[in-house]
Amino acid sequence: MPENDLLAKIEKARLVGRGGASFPVHLKWQRIKSLENPKKYVVCNASEGEPSVKKDWHILDNFTAEVFKGMVLTMSFLETKEAYLNINKDYYRKLKAKIDSLVAICQKKGYLINIFEEEPSYIGGETGALLNAIEGKKTEPRASSPSPSIAGIFGNPTLVHNVETFYDVARVAAGTFKPTRFSTLLGVKNSGVYEVANTQKVAEILRETNNYPDFAFFVQVGGGASGEVMTAEQAKERELIGCGSIEVFSLKTKPQEFLSKLFSFYAKESCGKCTPCRDGSWQLKKIITELEQNSVIPWNKISPIIQAMDKSSFCDLGRSIVLPFRSYAKNILGIEV
Amino acid sequence: MSKMVTIYIDEQAYQAEEGKSVLQIALENKIDIPHLCYHEDLPIEANCRLCLVENEGKTTTSCTLKASEGMKINTQNEELVKIRHENLSLLLASHQKNCPKCQQNLPCPTFALMQKYGVTSEEYDRKMLDLAIHKMGSAAEFDPNLCVKCGRCVNVCADIGINFLKIEGSGSDAHLAYNENPKVDCIYCGQCTAHCPVNAIREQSHLEQVEAVLADQDKIVIAQMAPSVRASIGEEFGLEPGLNLEKKMFTALRQLGFDKIFDVNMGADITTMVESQELAKRLKKKFAKEETVLPMFTSCCPGWVKFLEFYYPEMISHLTTARSPHVHSGAAYKTWWVEKIGIDPSKIVVVSIMPCTSKKYEAEMEKLKFEFKGLRLKPVDYVLTTRETAALLKKNQIDLSKLTDSEADREGEYSGAAAIYGASGGVMESALRSTALMLTGQELPKIDLEEVRGMKGIKRAIIKIGDHEVKVAVVATARNARNILEEIKRGEANYDYIEFMACPGGCIGGGGQPLTSTHAIIKKRIAGLYDIDQNKTLRRAHENPVVQEFFKYLATKPSLAQEILYTNYSAKKKFE
Repeated sequence: MPENDLLAKIEKARLVGRGGASFPVHLKWQRIKSLENPKKYVVCNASEGEPSVKKDWHILDNFTAEVFKGMVLTMSFLETKEAYLNINKDYYRKLKAKIDSLVAICQKKGYLINIFEEEPSYIGGETGALLNAIEGKKTEPRASSPSPSIAGIFGNPTLVHNVETFYDVARVAAGTFKPTRFSTLLGVKNSGVYEVANTQKVAEILRETNNYPDFAFFVQVGGGASGEVMTAEQAKERELIGCGSIEVFSLKTKPQEFLSKLFSFYAKESCGKCTPCRDGSWQLKKIITELEQNSVIPWNKISPIIQAMDKSSFCDLGRSIVLPFRSYAKNILGIEV
Repeated sequence: MSKMVTIYIDEQAYQAEEGKSVLQIALENKIDIPHLCYHEDLPIEANCRLCLVENEGKTTTSCTLKASEGMKINTQNEELVKIRHENLSLLLASHQKNCPKCQQNLPCPTFALMQKYGVTSEEYDRKMLDLAIHKMGSAAEFDPNLCVKCGRCVNVCADIGINFLKIEGSGSDAHLAYNENPKVDCIYCGQCTAHCPVNAIREQSHLEQVEAVLADQDKIVIAQMAPSVRASIGEEFGLEPGLNLEKKMFTALRQLGFDKIFDVNMGADITTMVESQELAKRLKKKFAKEETVLPMFTSCCPGWVKFLEFYYPEMISHLTTARSPHVHSGAAYKTWWVEKIGIDPSKIVVVSIMPCTSKKYEAEMEKLKFEFKGLRLKPVDYVLTTRETAALLKKNQIDLSKLTDSEADREGEYSGAAAIYGASGGVMESALRSTALMLTGQELPKIDLEEVRGMKGIKRAIIKIGDHEVKVAVVATARNARNILEEIKRGEANYDYIEFMACPGGCIGGGGQPLTSTHAIIKKRIAGLYDIDQNKTLRRAHENPVVQEFFKYLATKPSLAQEILYTNYSAKKKFE
């Protein structure tokens, strides 16, 4: 297929990045294509780090060949021969035979796909941190400028996509593309990964997958930790955004329990580089775990830390805590913090 | 020169180079923005998150924000003040109760910051990691439980060329650690301590011991100050870098209770004499086509010597056997001066005031002890860094800027050649001024050797001495030392004499110097040292009458001379 044909099809299919910013794929491709650097890289990111989210695994396990096809198409478009697959090392262990044979096939065609086994963590999937790790540096985020598209691996233009995007690229090329995405459903009867239409509302997804709770509930959407928290009522109106996940919680979930889960995630996943995320998340966890059962949540102690993380963290991990925290307080508890 | 732009900080217009960081512009214009991880000579880490400003409605770190035309910066809005306070409280959690300086009510840079921004360090409890204080020889130490992970020590250690330090672990377990590679060791230069903003990595303090001997009526306590200290200690009192404060320091040291005020500069003149004789001897052999080891290396920097003994032990025969200045003068005062005055040498305590942490390591060396009147003596008993000395003065409410001048005691007399020992190239220049006379019987036609001066990491020159051309190099930092040593090993270079220092700019940029140290400030201090030399009547070591008197004394005591003038070297293991 002529390259520009594929680009036009991608634009027409309205493929967007799966990193949360929903950046149009064709623009990213054009930007990197236009650069004259002799060396360019493609990176496939399959290291999902949000708790219990498994859609990268689902895609790799079920559509391995498509993902590799997407990577080769992308490399061919960018006229480069080298790519990295940043993969959760547990996933790689399980899929080694399948992946290694595809790597060998690609190599015969002249495309080198390096496997980078990532220690399962949230930060290992953060773009700057994964580029640092590939370069052999400490797995911690980079400054936001210059972007990886301009100076990524060893300063060369680097196109980073989520594994889902490469699957989409392959589907577009094969003419089998449908506007769907994958989502992990958690806290439901039949938890697992489902393919859902892009425009489907959250409540509808639960219903159609036969997962609509028979108890009073609220949901966290778009990330097992960093996703937005909403009521069952709000879930009727809202589409699936951000990372593909929906987690259902009983309305009986105690605030201490919910916040403890939230804060523990950030304390565990912080890379340790910057003050608010490293020390703030640890203090948050300490405050909530040292709290006596059924006592009042000390919002006045928690809020300043959340504000510092939101406004001054080095990367998006620390900054992302404010969304689940404030949306939970506002939508579920009815308080502004 | 880059393009100049106008930026507005809190509605005030400033001219600045385009692309320069807003934090650097603010600092240059004396606008207060708190910061811990930023250091103008080091890579930008942007991890402390204190230097926050508002730009186009967004909160951002000013260290990463590059100036562009018309930029409007707010440094003071309510939210910024609140978040900075929060981040500072998080960073300094439990600082005061873990900080030895704060515990002893000594001035601590962190305490000053806490007071300025209304943080007590008790807002939060710190996560205490089960990690001990790590000692780097007898020079420095670090406490992972005081560290704020700013990375300045790690970066400066890499810059020096050692890579001994690293931040290990993730999240709240992130902590300062050392490189366990058996082929990597600390050289005690102490640059880390001069770059730590929170006293987590610091010199091993001798303050308590010095205070104790000052209070002991039985002891005769001698102060001897290194060349560099006089040109930098003023910075601790808000004075200009490079301002020569020796006369005020002499007054201050007397006020602290030191009984005699001598000078390491006198020791530097001794070192020059010993080292020049050795160089002249080796050169004469070379000129006579006899076997000798060249190039000769200087050895007055213990950090450099440790570097060579650990990384290049096969090259130790290149080192001059001359001891270093404060060791020379310390032993001179404990022998020649003691005998001249007629006092009991066991009563003497020598305290060196140095810009350096490796001098603490050197002072403890067993091999430097000497026999005198039935006693086995250390040439130097204690070493205070410039920072420790300033802390001692402040603790005693002595404000250097307000003191009257006084002179050192007579045996502290020194030449201009000694004054420049503090600057990279100074030892070389001093030695050549004397070597020339020893080789040719004549003084160098031009006393100022401009070609070996300045901040450049490697300086190369050919100096004409009589009919001979002497090929020299002057090297600062281990990184540059490695390059030159490899050059020699490859047989590409035929130098005669090389000066090596561990720190940038030489001792004047030493690891014991005030935290104000930056390359720009080091340059100003260097200018101060060359001014002292310019204004001296005596400008050559061999002209110093005190040194002449000392050598006359030693002339009849060859075994004592051997013991207190010379040393030897050996290969070193990690942590040795």
